[in-house]
Amino acid sequence: MSSDSPTLSQLEAQRRLFDYWAIVYQRTWKGSVITSFLAPLLYVLALGVILGGFIEADPATLEGASSYLAFVVPGLIAAHAMQIAVFETTYPVMGMIKWHRVYESMLATPLRIVDLITSTLLFVLFRLVTTCAVFMLALAPFGVFATWWGALLAFVAQVLVGMAFGALVLAITAGLQNEQGFAVIFRLGMVPLMLFSGAFFPVSNLGPVMEWVARLTPLWHGVNLSRMFALDTVDWALVALHVVVLAALTVLGWACAVRRLTRRLEK
Amino acid sequence: MIQARDLRKSFGSVEAVRGIDLDVPRGEAFGFLGPNGAGKSSTMRMVAAVSPPTSGTLRILGLDPLTDGPQIRARLGVCPQEDTLDPELNVRDNLVVYGRYFGIPRSEVRDRADELLEFVQLTEKAKARVEALSGGMKRRLTIARSLINKPDLLLLDEPTTGLDPQARHVLWDRLFRLKQQGVTLVLTTHYMDEAEQLCDRLVVMDKGLIVAEGAPLELIRAHSTREVAELRFGVTETHQELVGRVADLGERVEALPDRLLVYCQDGEEVIAKVHERGLQPAAVLVRRSTLEDVFLRLTGRTLVD
Repeated sequence: MSSDSPTLSQLEAQRRLFDYWAIVYQRTWKGSVITSFLAPLLYVLALGVILGGFIEADPATLEGASSYLAFVVPGLIAAHAMQIAVFETTYPVMGMIKWHRVYESMLATPLRIVDLITSTLLFVLFRLVTTCAVFMLALAPFGVFATWWGALLAFVAQVLVGMAFGALVLAITAGLQNEQGFAVIFRLGMVPLMLFSGAFFPVSNLGPVMEWVARLTPLWHGVNLSRMFALDTVDWALVALHVVVLAALTVLGWACAVRRLTRRLEK
Repeated sequence: MIQARDLRKSFGSVEAVRGIDLDVPRGEAFGFLGPNGAGKSSTMRMVAAVSPPTSGTLRILGLDPLTDGPQIRARLGVCPQEDTLDPELNVRDNLVVYGRYFGIPRSEVRDRADELLEFVQLTEKAKARVEALSGGMKRRLTIARSLINKPDLLLLDEPTTGLDPQARHVLWDRLFRLKQQGVTLVLTTHYMDEAEQLCDRLVVMDKGLIVAEGAPLELIRAHSTREVAELRFGVTETHQELVGRVADLGERVEALPDRLLVYCQDGEEVIAKVHERGLQPAAVLVRRSTLEDVFLRLTGRTLVD
């Protein structure tokens, strides 16, 4: 057995966990098609195309976008990435901790808590990459992206903001006693962020105080990063700030998740 | 296989295991007996290298669980008290996926999964969802899963709790075969018949301590008498009041609400003497002492939870 090596490398641990996630995805992909791909496209149609048809704004008030559709798409996908990540790290993770005790069964094997957290986040990464990629490709014919490389970097930005939320919410879930806390995450966390972090309208419309509150939220960093790349209005200093913030939140969430799950399961 | 010295485990201010010594050699079937809350499961979790001891020394397979957890767990089979099967995976996938956690190559793990399904008589259920299985089937599947890595040491926490008699006997049969194959078994139970059937040696735990240790027959010899005479009297007399009249007939007399238990060497002789004294029990029964007598003697009849 390859378990003879004294320490299990992270890579080897992830290789061993791959089959589990492959089966999980085989089992769930059909159910996720609607929430992952169809719902966001309906959003684009309703908000971007139809509602956007009523909006005739000066590009200057839309952060340089030539149309409302071009404005809303990069923000909407970033917000959608957040949603995907939050869904994947709430109920399914509580199931693995508490209801089906899948984590517990994994910990009876050579795997360690850090391996489980990393593999859960790698699955979130996979879900983000596939969902955002399909979304971006579906919207490419609408001419909403200024350049192909900008679209590619916008896609990376969306995945990055998703990972930041995935890691942070995983850390929260790891310590929650039951699923009641999820209502708070959804209603007081995700929904206000989605509405007021610049996905649907420029945060400058919020008034000076609320604008700065919005600029402090993780979602705004992702929305703005995604939009700057999509519209080719890149400010590289701001890019660096956004990337550092989102990457730092991801690492922080990962570390907290490991710590909280250890405290919970390694009693 | 297992060596513990002054092993302790605390959860906050609660001391679940309060200093126990253990030595389990290779090939032995070793049992932990004890009421709920005696510290059996806490001990098992420490032995399974998933719960760090609060103090004391513990060596599993010669390794320290604090530093060598993954290597120890690679050679253990664990059958937890509550099933941790993935209810949304089918029966065979539960085994295959679990085997992969040990780094067993895919083709090999599939072969082993099929062999183990055969061993626990679940071959026809291979494609069934776990949710559709009965309690006994789930337990058998959990045992099959715990064997996927061909463990040197198999830990079973209350393997037959909640099962019907048929399912228990099938399980015992499988465990007995494993024992014959030389697998070291460590199990917790509060079924005395299970302990007598399966264990070469056992310890009785109570309130976090080991209160007795030995082979089942040794324990009966040390802590109980050869026979027990059970005397049931009519409802007019309370059994407690009669204790004094038979106390000298056995080594010990215990009054229960519905009967008197006289612990003695020869039950028939006791009953003859009872009749000589003019007592008229409505029903009598002579039986051999069991592990259950030992258990109740050592841990009391009071409910703990």
